[in-house]
Amino acid sequence: MLIQDVMTFSWLIPVLPFLAFALIGLFLHRWPKWSAACSIAAIGVSFFLSVLIAVEIFGGDPGRAFEMSVRWLEMPGLKVDMGILIDPLTAVMLLVVTTVALLVQIYSLGYMEGDPGRASYFAYQSIFAGSMLGLVMASNFGQIFVFWELVGMCSYLLIGFWFGRPSARDAAIKAFVTNRIGDFGFLLGILFLIIVFGTLNFGELAALIPDYHNLAVLLPIAVLLFFGPVGKSAQFPLHVWLPDAMEGPTPVSALIHAATMVAAGVYLIARAFFIFSQVPQAMLLIALVGGFTALLAATIALVQNDIKRILAYSTLSQLGYMVMAMGVGAMTAGMFHLRTHAFFKGLLFLAAGSVIHALHGEQDIWKMGGLAKKMPITTWTFVIGALALAGIPPLAGFWSKDEILLGAFAGGYTGLYLLGSLVAFMTAFYMFRLIFIAFFGVSKGAEQAHESPPVMTGPLVILAALSIGAGFVGSPWMGNVFGLYISTPGAVHHPVNPTIMAVSSLLALAGIGLAWLIYQKQAVSAEKLRQRWPALYHVFLNKYYVDEFYAWLGKVFVDAGARVLEWVDLKIINGAVNGLAYLTGSSGRTLRYAVNGQVQSYAIWVMVGLVLLLATVLKTVFTVLV
Amino acid sequence: MMYYQLLGPEITVAVLGLLVLAGSLLLPSHGKNALGYLTTIGLAAVLLAVILNFSREAIFFAGVYQIDMYANFFRLLFLSAALLIMLMSSRYTGLFGERKSEWFSFMLFATLGMMIMVAAGDLIMVYVGLELMTISFYILTAYLLNDRWSAEAGLKYLLIGAMSSAVLLFGMSLIYACSGSTVFTEIYQALLAGSERPALLAGIVMMMAGLGFKISVVPFHMWTPDIYQGAPTPVTAYLAVASKAAGFAVLVRILLIAFPPTSLDWKLILAVLAALTIIIGNLTALPQTNVKRMLAYSSIAQAGYILVGLVAANTYGLKGVLFYAMTYVFANVAAFAVTAVVEVAEGNAELESFNGLGRRAPMPAAVMTICLLSLAGIPPMAGFAGKLYLFSGAIQGGYLWLAFIGLLMSMISVYYYLHVAKAMYIGISSREDRVLLPVPVRIALWICLLGTILMGVYPGPLSELTELAVQLFSAV
Repeated sequence: MLIQDVMTFSWLIPVLPFLAFALIGLFLHRWPKWSAACSIAAIGVSFFLSVLIAVEIFGGDPGRAFEMSVRWLEMPGLKVDMGILIDPLTAVMLLVVTTVALLVQIYSLGYMEGDPGRASYFAYQSIFAGSMLGLVMASNFGQIFVFWELVGMCSYLLIGFWFGRPSARDAAIKAFVTNRIGDFGFLLGILFLIIVFGTLNFGELAALIPDYHNLAVLLPIAVLLFFGPVGKSAQFPLHVWLPDAMEGPTPVSALIHAATMVAAGVYLIARAFFIFSQVPQAMLLIALVGGFTALLAATIALVQNDIKRILAYSTLSQLGYMVMAMGVGAMTAGMFHLRTHAFFKGLLFLAAGSVIHALHGEQDIWKMGGLAKKMPITTWTFVIGALALAGIPPLAGFWSKDEILLGAFAGGYTGLYLLGSLVAFMTAFYMFRLIFIAFFGVSKGAEQAHESPPVMTGPLVILAALSIGAGFVGSPWMGNVFGLYISTPGAVHHPVNPTIMAVSSLLALAGIGLAWLIYQKQAVSAEKLRQRWPALYHVFLNKYYVDEFYAWLGKVFVDAGARVLEWVDLKIINGAVNGLAYLTGSSGRTLRYAVNGQVQSYAIWVMVGLVLLLATVLKTVFTVLV
Repeated sequence: MMYYQLLGPEITVAVLGLLVLAGSLLLPSHGKNALGYLTTIGLAAVLLAVILNFSREAIFFAGVYQIDMYANFFRLLFLSAALLIMLMSSRYTGLFGERKSEWFSFMLFATLGMMIMVAAGDLIMVYVGLELMTISFYILTAYLLNDRWSAEAGLKYLLIGAMSSAVLLFGMSLIYACSGSTVFTEIYQALLAGSERPALLAGIVMMMAGLGFKISVVPFHMWTPDIYQGAPTPVTAYLAVASKAAGFAVLVRILLIAFPPTSLDWKLILAVLAALTIIIGNLTALPQTNVKRMLAYSSIAQAGYILVGLVAANTYGLKGVLFYAMTYVFANVAAFAVTAVVEVAEGNAELESFNGLGRRAPMPAAVMTICLLSLAGIPPMAGFAGKLYLFSGAIQGGYLWLAFIGLLMSMISVYYYLHVAKAMYIGISSREDRVLLPVPVRIALWICLLGTILMGVYPGPLSELTELAVQLFSAV
């Protein structure tokens, strides 16, 4: 009984954070403490409701879904619905988003302590939570696009939260503009969908598309839709915004730019899997883009020195992993990795934030060192997160990463499997490079560091527990419950392969070992390696010069184009507009004189008008009569 | 079985008006504030009663008076508008001095007149309601006795109004002469039987002209700017939103029930008038420097947009008429309320008086901006949804050119609406003190703001309401 009510009230999940946003924006913004309390209370209730929903969904049989909608707008030829779709996929996302959002907001109490903009920070956090939850609960493409843009806006606001810093402003603009490109393609894809199929509802489309065999139409739609994830999930070639997005406060990086929003692209592919899986070429494209991004980002992460940037490139790389999983048809594995990644990457960012907080804003790992003794909770939770990320069994990341590799291998994508394994090795290496430099070894200027308050370490511990345990639902020991629920027609699932498990574990261990040799034991000099392959080092360090390339592109094409358009605008358009404005204005001034304040003349106008009207009407009648 | 309790709203408003009038004579001057509260609470109670009985319909006196969902929709509109005006004028009425309490009763009588107009199914009834409303407005317009402009406006309104009433009545008498009845449905029957007679056409045209005066359609619009500018601002607001809506309600009912376009094609004439109204209203609004006068021209233009829906005469167009009329109430009352605030603070409603309002009164300035944008039809405000219905109705009805003119002119209107926003936010004022905002005005502004945004973001419920209300025309 209660459970049924939960479904009916599920719309409260996104609405509550929106309400919190409105309350803070309108009334509470003068009292940061109340703002924070309001925001946390809202997401807390949403979390509770999400748990109830998860209990209901995962207590029932796997095909279960709940959908309700209201007609938003009806026009000739266009129907827009606003609805809620809750199926296992949504339930998982709800749990992930509310859990991480709640923990991040609690953590922010400590991290943002004393910041003058705390109230607006929590307002943004609330509107982000509401938008993200609305996104995962959307029942059609139109609605998902609205929330897709809203999370983009929140991301923009939060990246530029410390807008006093020029770098933060630039990063916010970069994120926004880069996402525009992706979103434009996405929107075109949606428009094509409504033109071709007349509906945007997921359920209705899923019923229509299998019988639609015109690949010439379906392929562009799929590719255009994929633009969305490329932008939002920062896939090559639109990946450039995510590392810069680290200018925002660290809890924001954890929530938006690691755990939830950037995963929205992956979620979208899963949600629209019924379209993508119909188009093999699009699937191949997705797999290749994902795999390439994974490798590209991992290589860059090898040589970065900023703790948040290493994590950012790692996020890019892991997002590439998920997208690749989708592309090889292992949708379940991709979603599984999304879920575990949200926990351990959220943890890694929050722990990094704890370090940055303790060191008053220091982000260079070479200036840290020896933190393990001063910040034990932060250190060990970070290590747990890194082990999970590296894929050491039996932590969460192991199970999900293994599923992806298995999907690639068993699906016949041997090249992508090898690439994935290489990335797994690099991941373990760069994470433990970071750990050995920053947390162990000799202290370099980190003498003043101290452990963060419980309000920050608490969420770390909870996330660490999740990073350890969250993978078991997808493990063979528990009969792979996750795969039972999160699956869709067209998605493939393969039996466990012990060899792949062993190989990936060994590679991860090897990566850790190598990092230990170089940076802890210092048996191999990092400097020597650098001198041996200087070109490679510089390419990695400078992120393959993609930013420079884009800047050059912008300079050559956009600036030149702008100069041409400027001329057109000034000489041609301005002239036309000014002329038109003059014409409009002068006719307005002329007409104005008709109203001269004389009541007699008004009366004459009324009579003249009446006579004219009568004449017109009666003339037609008389002509008919004659 | 006649459900006389459905006439309760009319009866209550009439009794309330008389009570307030009596009270203003009997009560000592310090007790007269109570009459304002009585009026407000009474209106709210009647509004609630109308909402609760929205879907109950009844026909009285063989079709002379009809309570249907169409009438109820407009009763809802008038009562909400009256209530908002009561709230927004809480301080403005101070300018009326001793005669403040009669003001409430005239507001009530005007409201009663409108309620009778929209429920009337008979020409005589229409005329009675119309005159009750108009005569109340003559008095209300001239209510600032010591103000030259107000007195002049009242006199002008009386003169032109009397003339238009004469035209209207002449038209009605011709219709009666040709059809032998004053009840709409009977006129239609007579029309089916008889042939097309020039006198009947002349009658219809004259009636349209008479009503066109009420809704200020070009060329019967000339009185509007002078009267809007001279009248006390709350009266102007009520005149703009409610009197105009009442005119539209009657026009739609008569034209569609008594003279459906299948029997008589009045669409093209109305289309031309609508186009002229939109063009002239918008163009003349451009050079205005007085905000009240600018809003007067804007209201002419808005009448043109609403007329587009009637021209389309299909479900979308008619829904658009009702939808737009409702959104127009909230946006316009807010605009006039802020104008009244400025008027009380600065002594006039010139554009310069709005300078710096963004700093001196941030909340009213923000509401004003949003409501003006709604009038201009910018999404996601309600005005956008309304225009979407109106213009898509016109396109569906084959009047693409009319929709195009509407769109083009809406674009131009953004200019003069934003002019006010520019003054409020960029204009420099010598004064920096906060503008005082009484609580009732604040409440009225909040209601208008929420209404304008909610109806724009989620037009569904209002759209369904209008769909119910225009059901009676579905045969057309």
